[in-house]
Amino acid sequence: MAQAQTTHAATEAPGGAHEDVGFPPFQTENFPGQVLWLTITFVVLYVLVSKLVLPRLSGIIEHRRQTIAGDLDEAAAMKSRAEEAGVAYEKALSEAKARAQALAQEARSKVSAETEAKRKALEADLGKRLAESDAVIAQKKAEAMTNVRGIAVDTATAIVERLTGKAPAPQAIEAALDQPKA
Amino acid sequence: MASPIEQFQIKPIIPVINFTNSSLFMVGAVAVIVGGLMLATRKRAIVPGRAQSVAETLHDFVAGTLRDAAGEEGMKFFPLVFSLFMFVFTANMLGMIPGFFTVTSQVIVTFSLAILVMGTVVIYGLLKHGTHFFGLFVPSGVPVWLLPFIVVIELISFISRPVSLSLRLFANMLAGHIALKVFGGFVAALLGAGGALAILAPLPLFMAVALMALEFLVAALQAYVFTVLTCIYLNDALHPGH
Repeated sequence: MAQAQTTHAATEAPGGAHEDVGFPPFQTENFPGQVLWLTITFVVLYVLVSKLVLPRLSGIIEHRRQTIAGDLDEAAAMKSRAEEAGVAYEKALSEAKARAQALAQEARSKVSAETEAKRKALEADLGKRLAESDAVIAQKKAEAMTNVRGIAVDTATAIVERLTGKAPAPQAIEAALDQPKA
Repeated sequence: MASPIEQFQIKPIIPVINFTNSSLFMVGAVAVIVGGLMLATRKRAIVPGRAQSVAETLHDFVAGTLRDAAGEEGMKFFPLVFSLFMFVFTANMLGMIPGFFTVTSQVIVTFSLAILVMGTVVIYGLLKHGTHFFGLFVPSGVPVWLLPFIVVIELISFISRPVSLSLRLFANMLAGHIALKVFGGFVAALLGAGGALAILAPLPLFMAVALMALEFLVAALQAYVFTVLTCIYLNDALHPGH
């Protein structure tokens, strides 16, 4: 304290007279008053800080944290809902596709059955006509064959007449024609 | 010209209740802290404005410091640590305003705050851990013949904590303000001398400006150092024994 006082005195010399003595922070007569007011103010500060300031501050920070967490949850829920909707859409689409395919298949088979029936009818008709034609041909052939015998009789008669000068008996010609061919 | 130490003079305002300029600035600091923080957070905005961001940053900064030093358990001291940090920081910053009294340049104030911290440590440590609290002075794994010396050293180091805690803050604020006043005094003295000396006056002025910036740094840093050490000491109360 003595040293502080001398320093004080030395620095005070040009500045003029002061009634106080000693280095101010070490003036013990001021200590009780400062401790008293520090106690009062610090207790007030502590009470205000712990009852008013910090609850509000941590309330704000906590509220923000919850809001952000809530928003994130909501976003996640919305995302899962969107995904569900997407899955439902996919399902509906594939069902519709399957139905369309079934319809197409049905139509195709119906058409092909009809075509088959028509083809069968046509074929039957053709077959019938073919058979009829065959019968006509066979008849014509038989007719032609009888004509051939007549022609042969006539031709043989003519040949024999030319060769012998007289007409052969028709019975002889018939008999000759009936003979098996050598 | 005023003496560089005149700024530390205690001047009575209402002598009956010992209300002095020191008391006035203590009250002022509390008003600035509580008023400022309440005003900054009045909107309770989800997306904070500038003032609310500052308040939240201070909150998170002190909370982070305490959590790092003393763990989640230490958060029960958060109101105390936050009050201490805000009080020291605001008192230091108010002191930077020319003409304002610096509460933390009074050794009795810083010592009282240090005693408050160490008192909390001792009382809480004893209530929580009983005699185990004294394990703080008995490091494990020390040879038995060394223990008496170690215990004495640990005891001295523990007792010197409030002294170093208070003197560090006090001396920093005192020295800084004296240096500022001395350089400011040089400017005035050189100008007063006139002539060639007056031309030199800007030199200490630049120095005073540079010191002012440094003092802002010191004011913030010492508040932080005080807070960090408080947190470390509180950690001893929570987890005594090495």
